[in-house]
Amino acid sequence: MIWINAIVQGLMLGGLFALFACGLSLLFGVIGVINLAHGDFAILGAYVAVALLPSIHTNALWALLFVPPIFALFGYGAQRTVLQRSLDTGPLTTLLVTFGLSVVIQNALLEGFSADSHSLSIGALTTNAFHPANGVVVPYLRLGILLAAVAVLGSVQLLLRRTSVGRQIRAVADDAEAASIAGVSTRHITGIAAGIAFATVALAGLAFGMYAQFAPTTGSTWLLYAFEAVIVGGLGSLWGTLAGGCVLGLAQTIGEQIAPTAGALAVQLVFLAMLAVRPNGLLPARAAV
Amino acid sequence: MSEALAAPAAALPKPTIRRSTRTSRLSLVGLAVVSVILAVLPFGAGQGTTNLLVDFFILMTLGVTWNMLAGYAGLVSVGQQAYIGLGAYGVLWLAQHGVEPFIALPIGAVFCAVASAPISWLVFRLRGGYFAIGTWAVADVLFLLTIRDSSLGGGTGTNVPGLNGFDPTVLGAYTYWAALVIAIIALLGGYLLLRSRVGLALTAVRDNEGAARAVGVRVDGAKRVVYFAAALGAGAAGGLIAISQLNVQAQNVYGVQWSAYMIFVVLIGGIGTLEGPIVGTIVFFVLQRTLADYGGWYLIIVGSLAVVMAMFMRQGLWGIAARFGIKLFPVGYNVMTTPDRATHGVDRALPPSGSVSGSQESGTAP
Repeated sequence: MIWINAIVQGLMLGGLFALFACGLSLLFGVIGVINLAHGDFAILGAYVAVALLPSIHTNALWALLFVPPIFALFGYGAQRTVLQRSLDTGPLTTLLVTFGLSVVIQNALLEGFSADSHSLSIGALTTNAFHPANGVVVPYLRLGILLAAVAVLGSVQLLLRRTSVGRQIRAVADDAEAASIAGVSTRHITGIAAGIAFATVALAGLAFGMYAQFAPTTGSTWLLYAFEAVIVGGLGSLWGTLAGGCVLGLAQTIGEQIAPTAGALAVQLVFLAMLAVRPNGLLPARAAV
Repeated sequence: MSEALAAPAAALPKPTIRRSTRTSRLSLVGLAVVSVILAVLPFGAGQGTTNLLVDFFILMTLGVTWNMLAGYAGLVSVGQQAYIGLGAYGVLWLAQHGVEPFIALPIGAVFCAVASAPISWLVFRLRGGYFAIGTWAVADVLFLLTIRDSSLGGGTGTNVPGLNGFDPTVLGAYTYWAALVIAIIALLGGYLLLRSRVGLALTAVRDNEGAARAVGVRVDGAKRVVYFAAALGAGAAGGLIAISQLNVQAQNVYGVQWSAYMIFVVLIGGIGTLEGPIVGTIVFFVLQRTLADYGGWYLIIVGSLAVVMAMFMRQGLWGIAARFGIKLFPVGYNVMTTPDRATHGVDRALPPSGSVSGSQESGTAP
């Protein structure tokens, strides 16, 4: 029964991995930006909640209402200025710029909030759980994160496939020049895509803040997990990202079941093994996103 | 140094190809003088100065090797701390087994270069940004594996044995010389590599990878050579860190902050030039020392500076000097149609008589 519990926990943890990976996958798939500050932006989202919540409500669930919209605007602005500018300079510049931003964000958070851990309190939901079977524990929060990941990935997929904006985003991702000739305002559209990506980044950061404690340097680790979920799932495939997240989540909890300290190592080893035997991922996409 | 090229037409004066210019010859002499002064420094300067310079040389070595990776081979790695860690733990392990730490240092570095072969097989499957994060993941794996071994100090770190026998002054001087030698080897090695056939390929890759591939440059081989060399350099730097700090702590040596430092140094100094990382290291140290009382602020300032440089000033600070035709390391070719003037003037002062070397360095495939 402990193994079934480990699998259930792993799948729910996979939801958190996938939620983190969604923004990374979207930003790369549509705009071609590899955001090395991805994890730090997510943690920044959690800190925005820490800073603003006291004047709004004690329950951190309220942060879900205002942090993602702030980040969407922020993402649109970032794309129209820094990211677009570095994309124009060269593909490697975005890497260097976002890596620089990552260090700047971490140290700014250290100066502003100290190195102490923070967490987002959501009242009784933090600990409440139900028991579908003997020995299997399903905390509401973790189940909620998994469902949120599925909902976010699903609605992004729907938006890209079924709406006019989504069609334009896909057109820009395929061939920005041709899309521009056909009348798409490419810069505005990539800005919107970045806004969506950043809103999901904020969601991931908030989910993580409710799930565990965070400190200014927590983001780096989660950039790695998000990236590995994307690679394991297959570049540019959103459902693949969910599958990749679940594989890594299972690796973590099953690894912990084998030896309590082996969880993180198991994740990395599964990733390297996947890279060696199946570098295109589980569900490789044929086209971008 | 120079070789004659058959004149294409009788009307043109016979051109010669030179690699060095007067400024570069002068600056090589200058570098030699600086090296000699630095070499005798421990006899005059205090331990505080030499200790600071050890950190300086470590960072310069890292900057020079990272610049070869990212600036020339287009391999933006944020995982060089994998080799810093391996180098440091290599020295620790060898010292624990009775090897003199200063002898363990080169062995550890070579071990890093050897270990980089199987790692390159794995990470070279990834391109661009995915390569960057992939190298980081490898460093994380090595960190997680290392802290599981309690004989290497686990997560808390342990002292390097074999260093207590030294007199502190002697140990400081030895460490300083080792750091100086490694920094000079990194610079000279980078210089000689760039002047070689591989260097020609690398310069072509730096300027336009697709075009280089199209004319038959062996791009992948050249990249792999640079990756091995950078692992060697980072390994040596890691060994030095272990010796200069007298202990090895996994969180420190495998820390991603090393990647941040080398990237900042290269971006500020000027990516894709040999001289850039030297300038960048000087600026980095000056900022770090001046802002020492303000905690993490120097990293915020240095990081922002690097971001601005990457976006608006790709040539970095060295680019300003290069605009005036100054170079320390002549790695290009200058075609001189009037040999007389070539011995006197700087190459860029020759447009009327037809110099084809206007840019930093221009290469022609043999």
